[in-house]
Amino acid sequence: MNSQLTNLQSKPPRSPDRKGRQVSTKGLYQRAVKQAFLKLDPRVQLRNPVMFLVWIGTIVTALVTINPNLFGNATDKNPMVFNGLITLILLFTLLFANFAEAVAEGRGKAQADSLRATKSDSIARKLSPDGSIQDVSSTELRKGDLIKVIAGDVIPADGEVTQGLASVDESAITGESAPVLKQPGTDIASSVTGGTRILSDELVIRVTADPGKGFIDRMIALVEGAERSKTPNEIALTVLLAVLTQVFLIVIATMLPIAQYAKAPVSIAVLIALLVALIPTTIGGLLSAIGIAGMDRVAQFNVIATSGRAVEACGDISTLILDKTGTITLGNRLAEEFIPVNGHSLKELAQVALNASIFDETPEGKSIVILAEKLGASLTVDRSTATGIEFSARTRMSGTDLPNNIEVRKGAVDAVKGFVRSRSGQIPDELDAKYESVSRLGGTPLAVCQDNDIYGVIYLKDIIKPGIKERFGQLRRMGIRTVMLTGDNRITASVIAAEAGVDDFVAEATPEDKIEVIRAEQAKGKLVAMTGDGTNDAPALAQANVGVAMNSGTQAAKEAANMVDLDSDPTKLIDIVTIGKQLLITRGALTTFSIANDIAKYFAIIPAIFAGAGIGQLNVMGLASMQSAVLSALIYNALIIPALIPLALKGVKFRPLTANQLLSRNILVYGLGGIIAPFIAIKIIDIAVTAVGLA
Amino acid sequence: MNIVQDLFKSIRIVVALWILTAVLYPLLTWGIGQTLFSNQANGSLVLNAQGQPIGSSLIGQPFKTDRYFWSRPSAIEYATLPEVAKTGASGASNLAPSNLALFDRIKPEAQRLRQSNIKPTADMLYTSGSGLDPHISLESAQAQIPRLSQARGMEPSRLQELINQAIDDRILWILGEPGVNVLKLNLSLDQK
Amino acid sequence: MLQGWIQIALILVTVIILTPLLGKYIARVFLHETTFLDPIFGPIDRAIMRTIGIHEAEGMSGWQYVQAVLISNIVMGIAVFSILFLQPILPFNPNQVGGLTWDLVLHTTISFLTNTDQQHYSGETTLSYGSQVFALGFLMFTSAATGLAVGIAFIRGLTGRSLGNFYQDLTQSITRILLPISFVGTLLLIASGIPETWAGTAQVTTLEGATQAIARGPVAHFEMIKQLGENGGGFFGINSAHPFENSNGLTNFIETVAMVAIPSSLIYTYGIFMGNLRQAWLVYGIVLAFFIPLVVMTAWGEFQGNGQVNTLLGSMAPNLEGKEIRFGWSLSSLWAIATTATMCGAVNAMHDSLMPIGGFSTLLNMFLQIVWGGQGTGTAYLFIFLILAVFLTGLMVGRTPEFLGRKIEKAEVVLASVILLIHPIAILIPTAITLLLPENLTGISNPGFHGLSQVVYEYTSAAANNGSGFQGLGNGTIWWNLTTSVAMLLGRYVPIVALILLADGMQRKQPVPMTDGTLRTDTGLFTGVTGVVILILGVLTFLPVLALGPIAEAFQLSSGL
Repeated sequence: MNSQLTNLQSKPPRSPDRKGRQVSTKGLYQRAVKQAFLKLDPRVQLRNPVMFLVWIGTIVTALVTINPNLFGNATDKNPMVFNGLITLILLFTLLFANFAEAVAEGRGKAQADSLRATKSDSIARKLSPDGSIQDVSSTELRKGDLIKVIAGDVIPADGEVTQGLASVDESAITGESAPVLKQPGTDIASSVTGGTRILSDELVIRVTADPGKGFIDRMIALVEGAERSKTPNEIALTVLLAVLTQVFLIVIATMLPIAQYAKAPVSIAVLIALLVALIPTTIGGLLSAIGIAGMDRVAQFNVIATSGRAVEACGDISTLILDKTGTITLGNRLAEEFIPVNGHSLKELAQVALNASIFDETPEGKSIVILAEKLGASLTVDRSTATGIEFSARTRMSGTDLPNNIEVRKGAVDAVKGFVRSRSGQIPDELDAKYESVSRLGGTPLAVCQDNDIYGVIYLKDIIKPGIKERFGQLRRMGIRTVMLTGDNRITASVIAAEAGVDDFVAEATPEDKIEVIRAEQAKGKLVAMTGDGTNDAPALAQANVGVAMNSGTQAAKEAANMVDLDSDPTKLIDIVTIGKQLLITRGALTTFSIANDIAKYFAIIPAIFAGAGIGQLNVMGLASMQSAVLSALIYNALIIPALIPLALKGVKFRPLTANQLLSRNILVYGLGGIIAPFIAIKIIDIAVTAVGLA
Repeated sequence: MNIVQDLFKSIRIVVALWILTAVLYPLLTWGIGQTLFSNQANGSLVLNAQGQPIGSSLIGQPFKTDRYFWSRPSAIEYATLPEVAKTGASGASNLAPSNLALFDRIKPEAQRLRQSNIKPTADMLYTSGSGLDPHISLESAQAQIPRLSQARGMEPSRLQELINQAIDDRILWILGEPGVNVLKLNLSLDQK
Repeated sequence: MLQGWIQIALILVTVIILTPLLGKYIARVFLHETTFLDPIFGPIDRAIMRTIGIHEAEGMSGWQYVQAVLISNIVMGIAVFSILFLQPILPFNPNQVGGLTWDLVLHTTISFLTNTDQQHYSGETTLSYGSQVFALGFLMFTSAATGLAVGIAFIRGLTGRSLGNFYQDLTQSITRILLPISFVGTLLLIASGIPETWAGTAQVTTLEGATQAIARGPVAHFEMIKQLGENGGGFFGINSAHPFENSNGLTNFIETVAMVAIPSSLIYTYGIFMGNLRQAWLVYGIVLAFFIPLVVMTAWGEFQGNGQVNTLLGSMAPNLEGKEIRFGWSLSSLWAIATTATMCGAVNAMHDSLMPIGGFSTLLNMFLQIVWGGQGTGTAYLFIFLILAVFLTGLMVGRTPEFLGRKIEKAEVVLASVILLIHPIAILIPTAITLLLPENLTGISNPGFHGLSQVVYEYTSAAANNGSGFQGLGNGTIWWNLTTSVAMLLGRYVPIVALILLADGMQRKQPVPMTDGTLRTDTGLFTGVTGVVILILGVLTFLPVLALGPIAEAFQLSSGL
C-alpha cells in the first residue's frame, strides 16, 4: 500500500484545544517599558525611516522649547509651554512605537526562552574516527561529527541516528509526553532534534547542523526578532511608507516660505507637529511588531519556520498538496469486513488473514488480527517457526511464510493476483466485483491468499477526519485548490476525494508523483504548499513553495522543507496558510487605517494653523483653538499606536472569505473606519484638552 | 544595442519624421486651404470698396467714438498700438478676480457707460481673452441703440434690424454662444 | 444658462461615444492588426523604418526602450534648439522677428520636447513662421507620439507582451493616428476661418482710422496637432482664445474634442490590451468622477461671476474677464478643465482671471495628472494609481498584491513611488525657493493668495507637462526659464523611465492564475477604493498650497476683499 503500513509509530493528532505553548508573560510589560526607552537610541531608530523622522522632530521641538526664538521670532502664544507639550507628545509617540515592538519582541523572547530552556550548553561525547570518545562542548560540534548519547543526556544537536535504539522524550519541543522510539535506518525514526532528552539506552548520532543553525536556533532567532530579516512584502511596504514620508517632508519643508508669502506664518514646532501627524507613524510604528507577532503566532502553533519569507509565502498559496493518510483521513485504517471468495467460508478467510498479519505491527495489521479473532480465528502457528514478510513499495504485499512452505499473503489486489498467478493459481471471477464494491465504499480492498488460492478481500475502512470537508470548503472560498495524493486505487481515491471535498486527487501515487504535481501546478503560476516526512519527499518539499516537514520525519525532509511541524500534524498546513494570510491582512489593514487617518488630521490642523489666511471656516470639526487643534491631532496620533498594539499582536481576525468579500469587509472597517474614527476621536480629545486648559 | 547605433537611428528617423510632419503636412494643408478656402486661409479679410483691407471679420476693432457701436474693452487695444504694428498681438489683462486693480479699471468704465446712459453689462466691463474679441453680447448692443440713434439720427428699429443681421449665431443651433459682430454691425451702419 | 450646460454635455457625450471607436482603432494599430489606413500609410511606415535600417521591427528590452526614447528626444531637442537659436538668419520670417535669448530658446525647446508647451513668449511677436512650423510644429508630433509610444509600451508590459519597438511605435503613432486625424481636422478648421497662409501680418486701417496689425500665418495645421497631441502651445500668444486659432462654436467643438479624444480613447485601448473592457470602463468612471464635478464647480463659479463686480453691476453676471463672447462661461469653463485635465495646456480663456474655484479645479487637475492626463502617460499614471491602490489595499485580502495577474513587489513599488515623488519635488521645492528670493516676487502680477497660486501654477504646469499658465506672471526671466525647464524635464523623463522599467519588470513575471483568492480590480468597490487612494495620495500632498492659494482667495473674495 504505502509507507503508512510500515509506520513504527503513529502519534495521535494533537488535541485542538491546546493552542500553543504556554509562555510566561510575567514582567513582560515592565521589560517592554524599559526597552521602549532604550530603543530611543538613534541607531535603533534609523532602521525605521518613519520613526526616525519623528525622532529628529522631537529633538527640534525640544530645542524650540528651550529657546522658542531659535528659528526666528515665535508667534505662538506661550511658545514654551506649547512647544514643550508637542515635544512631550512626540516623545510618547516614539515610546509607544518602541513599546509595541518591545512587547512583540518580549513575547517572542519568552517563546524563545521556553525553547532555549531545553538547550543549555552541555558536554557532548564526540566520537573520534578511531572510535575513542572525547568530551567537547556542544557548541563546538560541527556538521558531520559523530556523537554518543546515553540515557539521561540532552541531545546536544540536531542529527541522524546511526546506531542504537533508544526512547527519546521530545516533549520539550512537541509538548507530547509519550516517548518516541529512535533507531537508525528507518525513514521516520532516525532523526533527533537538539534539546530533546534520551530516556533509555544509547544512540550514536551524526550531527546534521552546526550549532546555532539547528531548527530551534533558527526559530529562536526568528521569534526574538533580533535576526529577523524583513520579508519581501514588508520591504515593499517600507519603501512606500518611506516615500510617503518623503512626500510629506517636502510638503512641510516647503510650507515655511509658502505660508510666509501668504502672510499666514507657521512656527517650526507646529510644522513638525503637522509633519508627524501626516507621515504614516501608525503603521510605521507597528510594522515590525506585526512581523514579529506573526512569527510568534507560527511558533505558538508549534511550527518552526526557517524564515519570515516562508510564513508570508503561505498567504499566497493557491494549491495545497495533501497526503490522504493522516491529513484527510485518520492515519489508521481499520479492518471492517472480510469478504470471502472462491467458495471459502468467512472463518477460513479470517484464519488466513490472521496468519498473514501475525508479524504486521501496523494499526491496519493489528485491526485485521482483532477482527479475525472476533470471527473465531485463532493463532495456530508458533511465531518462532514462521517468518514475517515485510511490506515493500515494490511488492505491495506483506505476509508470513509458515512452516511446511505455506505462504500467506495480503496486499494490493493486483499484487496478490500476480503472486497467485506466479504460482499458477486461478483468479476467481467474483474477485474483481468484490474488489470494486469495497472501493466504491471508499475503502481499501486487500486481497488475501494462501499459496495459489485467493481466499477473499479485507475491507479496510478509511475514516475521514471530522470537519475536514468544511475546512476544504473554506479553502475553496479563499481560492485555494486542494489536491489529494494517495496510494489507493482510482475508485477508492475518487470516493474519498468526493467525501472529503478535495478539488482533485492523484491515485496510485508514488512519492515521485508529488514533485510532478507540484511542478505542473507551478507551471501554471501557482504557489504550492505540501507536507512530507520521508526522505523521498525531500525533493518535493524543496520544490514546493512552502514545504512543511513533520518533526517525526527524516532529517533530509526537514532540511528540504522551510517549515517543520513539531507536532507532526499534517492538517496544520491549513492553519499555517491562515497565519500567513492573517499576517498580510493585519499589515494591510493597519496601513490603510494609518493613511485614511490623514484626512481627519489634515482637516484638524490645516484650517487651524492657516486661520490667519481666513480659511477658518474649513474648521469643520469646530476645534477650540489653533493650539488645541494641533495638540489634539498629535495626541490622537500618539494614542492610536498603543490602542492598536493588541490588534497588531493578535492579528486581524481571519475569515475564510473570497478576496472581494474580504476587501469589502476590511475596507469598511479599516478604510472607512480610518476616515471617520479620527474625526470623532480628535474632537473628543479637543474637548478634553480645552477642559483641562492645556491650550 | 549601443548608444552610437541608437544615435544614428534617431538622427535618420528624426529627419524622416521631420519631412513628413514639418514639410509635407503643412505644405499639403496649405495647398488645399489656399485653393479651396482662399478667403479663410488668408485671415477672412474684409475689403472696402477700394479693395483695401479694413479688418478681418473674425477680429475685433476698437470702437470708441459716438458714431459706432462700442466694442469690448481690450487689454491690448485690439493690436492697434504702434509697438506691435509689424507683427500684431493678442493678450489679456490676466487680472485675478481678487485683484483690486480689476475694480480700479471696471469702476471708471462703468461710470463712462452710465454717463452715456448705457446700462453696464458684463462683457462691456470685463476685458476679453484675446484682446481681439469681435463680438459683444446682444444685450450690450441693444443698450447702445439710443446712443447710436441720437448720434446717427437713425431709427431704433432700423438699428435693431442691423444688429440682428450682425449676429454670429450658434453653429448648427447648438455650438458656441451667439454674439453681435461689432465690425460687421458698424460696417453696415456706414453702408446705409 | 441651460444652453451652456447642454453644450458641455454634448461635448462630453461626443467624447464618450468616440472613445470605443478611436480606442479600438488605436489598439488595432499597436497590436499590428490591419486597419483601413494601411494602403496609404503602410508604404510610408515601411519607408521610414527602412531609412533607419529596420526591416522587421524587433521588440526592445526596458533599458533599450529607455535609451531609444532618450536619445531620439535629445536629437530632436538639439535640432529644434538650433532652428530656434538661428531664427534671425533663417528664412520664412516675413515679419522679420529677431533673435531669442538662449534661456528662452532652451526653455521653449524643452517645453515643446516634453509635450508641455509652456510658453514664455508670445508667438506672433517672437517667432518666425519657420520656427513655428519647422521647429515647434515638428515637436508637437514627436512629443505626442513619444508619450503615446510609452503609454503603449507600458500596457504591453503590464499585459505580459514585449514592450515593442520604440521607433516603430513613434512612427506609427504619427502616421496612423496623429497625422490622419490632424489632416482632416485642419481642413475643417481652415473652412471655419483659421488661417493657413505664409503671408505676413496684415496691416489694415480700421473704421475709426487706427492702424491694426492682424497677425496670421500657417495656423490651422499647427492648431490641430496642438490640440490633438495635447501640446497646447499656441501659434498666437493668447492661444485658443485668439479668433484665428478658435474662430467659432464649431472650431471650439473640434478643438475641445480633439484634446480629450486620445487620452480618453487610450483607456479603452488599454481595455483591449487587457482583454478586460469592464476594467477599462471602470477606470474611465474614475476619470469622469473627477472630471464632471470639476467642470460643474468651475462652470458654476464662472456663471455666478465675481460677487464684487456683480454688486457694481447691480445684477448677477458671469465672470467674463479674460473670456470671449463666442465661448461664454460654459465653454470657457469646460475648456479650462479639459485642458488642465489632459495636460494639453491650450486655453480659450485666461486662467489667471478664473474665479478661485476655477483656479482650484485647474490646479487640482494638474496635481493629479490622471483626469485623463497626458498623451499616453496619463493613462499609464492612472494604472500606476491602480497598482498603488492594489498594493495598499490588496494586502487586506491576505495575499501578495497582484495586478493583471502579476505580483506587485518591491521593484514595482519603488518605480511607482518615483512617479508619486517626482511631482511634489518638481513643484513644491522650486515654488518655495522662488518665494524665498525677493527678486522673483516682482514677476507676480496679482497680489496676495492669488500671487501664490500664480507661482504654484507655473511650476505645476511645468512639472505636469501641461503648459497652461496664470499668464499674468512675468515669467520671461532667466530664473523662470531655467527652473521651469528643470521641472519639465523631471516631470517628463523620470516618470517615463520609471514607467518603462516597471512595465518591463511586470512583463518578465510569471503570471499568477486568477482564483477566488485573487483581488479583482474590475469591481465597483475596488474602483471606488482607487478613487480614494488617488484623492489621498494626490490631493493631500497639495492641500496646503490649495488652502493658501485658491481656497484662501475664495474666502477673501466672499468676505468682501
